[in-house]
Amino acid sequence: MSEQPVIKADNLSLTFETNDGPVQALKDINLEIGKGEFVSFIGPSGCGKTTFLRVMADLETPTAGSITVNGVSAREARMARAYGYVFQAAGLYPWRTIGGNIRLPLEIMGYSKADQTERVKQVLELVELDGFDRKFPWQLSGGMQQRASIARALAFDADILLMDEPFGALDEIVRDHLNEQLLALWTRTQKTIGFVTHSIPEAVYLSTKIVVMSPRPGRIADVIESTLPKERPLSIRDSPAFIEIANRVRDGLREGHGDG
Amino acid sequence: MRNILPILTVVFGLFVIWYAGAVYLNSNWAYDKAKRANVELSFGAMVSDTMVQEKPRLPPPHQVGAEIWKTTGAMVQRGKAFSKRSLIYHGWITLSSTVLGFVFGTGLGILLAVAIVHSRAMDMSVMPWVIASQTIPILAIAPMIVVVLASAQVDDLIAKGVISMYLSFFPVVVGMVKGLRSPDHMQMDQMRTWNASKSQMFWRLRLPASTPFLFASLKVGIAASLIGAVVAELSLSQDGGLGARMLVGSYYGQTIQIWSALIAAATLAALMVAAIGVFQNVTLKKMGMAS
Repeated sequence: MSEQPVIKADNLSLTFETNDGPVQALKDINLEIGKGEFVSFIGPSGCGKTTFLRVMADLETPTAGSITVNGVSAREARMARAYGYVFQAAGLYPWRTIGGNIRLPLEIMGYSKADQTERVKQVLELVELDGFDRKFPWQLSGGMQQRASIARALAFDADILLMDEPFGALDEIVRDHLNEQLLALWTRTQKTIGFVTHSIPEAVYLSTKIVVMSPRPGRIADVIESTLPKERPLSIRDSPAFIEIANRVRDGLREGHGDG
Repeated sequence: MRNILPILTVVFGLFVIWYAGAVYLNSNWAYDKAKRANVELSFGAMVSDTMVQEKPRLPPPHQVGAEIWKTTGAMVQRGKAFSKRSLIYHGWITLSSTVLGFVFGTGLGILLAVAIVHSRAMDMSVMPWVIASQTIPILAIAPMIVVVLASAQVDDLIAKGVISMYLSFFPVVVGMVKGLRSPDHMQMDQMRTWNASKSQMFWRLRLPASTPFLFASLKVGIAASLIGAVVAELSLSQDGGLGARMLVGSYYGQTIQIWSALIAAATLAALMVAAIGVFQNVTLKKMGMAS
């Protein structure tokens, strides 16, 4: 199992037909993501990082090349509910309680009532929101809402978690805290995570692999394997190893811009 | 309750305008009478005459109030609340066809909206007709609906309900189409990531998201339904109802009767809209969407 990649993109390209002519969002993407990896996608806006994540989720269809998720096509993987997806905004339903929101995918997937209740309880503990299941979304802060939306993506049995700038709208302090929690969560759940961000420290702090992308057309500029240990206190961000990786990411971003 | 003073001020102002209008519009008749009787009419005598005429052009509020009391409260006291001359009796007739039409209209409106949202063909083919239907004056089609349905042996109440429905389904279609389409791209994508079926998307996302829109539509719809019922009663006046009262009143120049029927209809509409408002508040509160 371990030698087969969880996600494999092969010469993947995607061109959007717009009124102003075709726009190449992704060009010749080749990437393998192994089981249990934490992969960040970083790059300036328009580099296709979100589009690539959406291709993995079968929310966009590539126009050339191929992608496999868990060894099958992205569409089959979506049908098999192989991944949880966390959007930029929490997107909780205002008419459902926090518990009800987390139960939503479970209801759709046909989990039993008892199983639903048990899972809601588990994931709420996992994101440190125990006791909030009867609250409505508007009663929670933005950070708590985003945690609830992560809980919702974790509630069902999917071993892939795709996250599209989940903390982009949150302030620095909340973000640091959530980053720490996310690492702990990843260690506990052993999931494979794809994470889109435009923050260099966030990418370096979280990832085992950082994919640096550049725009027009969207392509991979550099893939950096992190040398940081699995155990990462927030203070690791002052270590020389951390700064070295951050510099490499920054160089990759600059190069991508230079020939653009 | 700190709004009570401004509210009373507005109500007071309306009464002042109403009374002034009554004096002005009824003064001609008072002067005419005096002229024929060869009496010189002082301003004070003219004003007091305009307040008590039998068939005033504009009946003053107290005359309308007295007529309403005479045909409601007073009849209840005499145990004749449902006599054919009671506004309660006529109001009940109007209420039943209004509610029937409202139920028909809401049902039809929701069904059409669901079809329009789910099928592009329905959207392109039905929506223009829905809009066109409202450009035809209801007054013109009501008698035709009555004739057609009567020849098909359909009950009068149903016929009136159909006419009410014709007006009340429209706001429901428009509101519900907007409501069912209110979930944004992200929410729809979210559902796709869970591989939700179309019916799951409908029951768990589209329908709950449309609830606030539905209530706004229902408020417009019930008022439109009442207008439909009143218009229907003009064509089916033998069955009674507030519309029939207005029609009979206009035959005999009974302005006081017309006005009391008008006020009764307005009150009925206000009560129904308020009832939906209460239902809305309770529902949205339960759904955690109270604003």
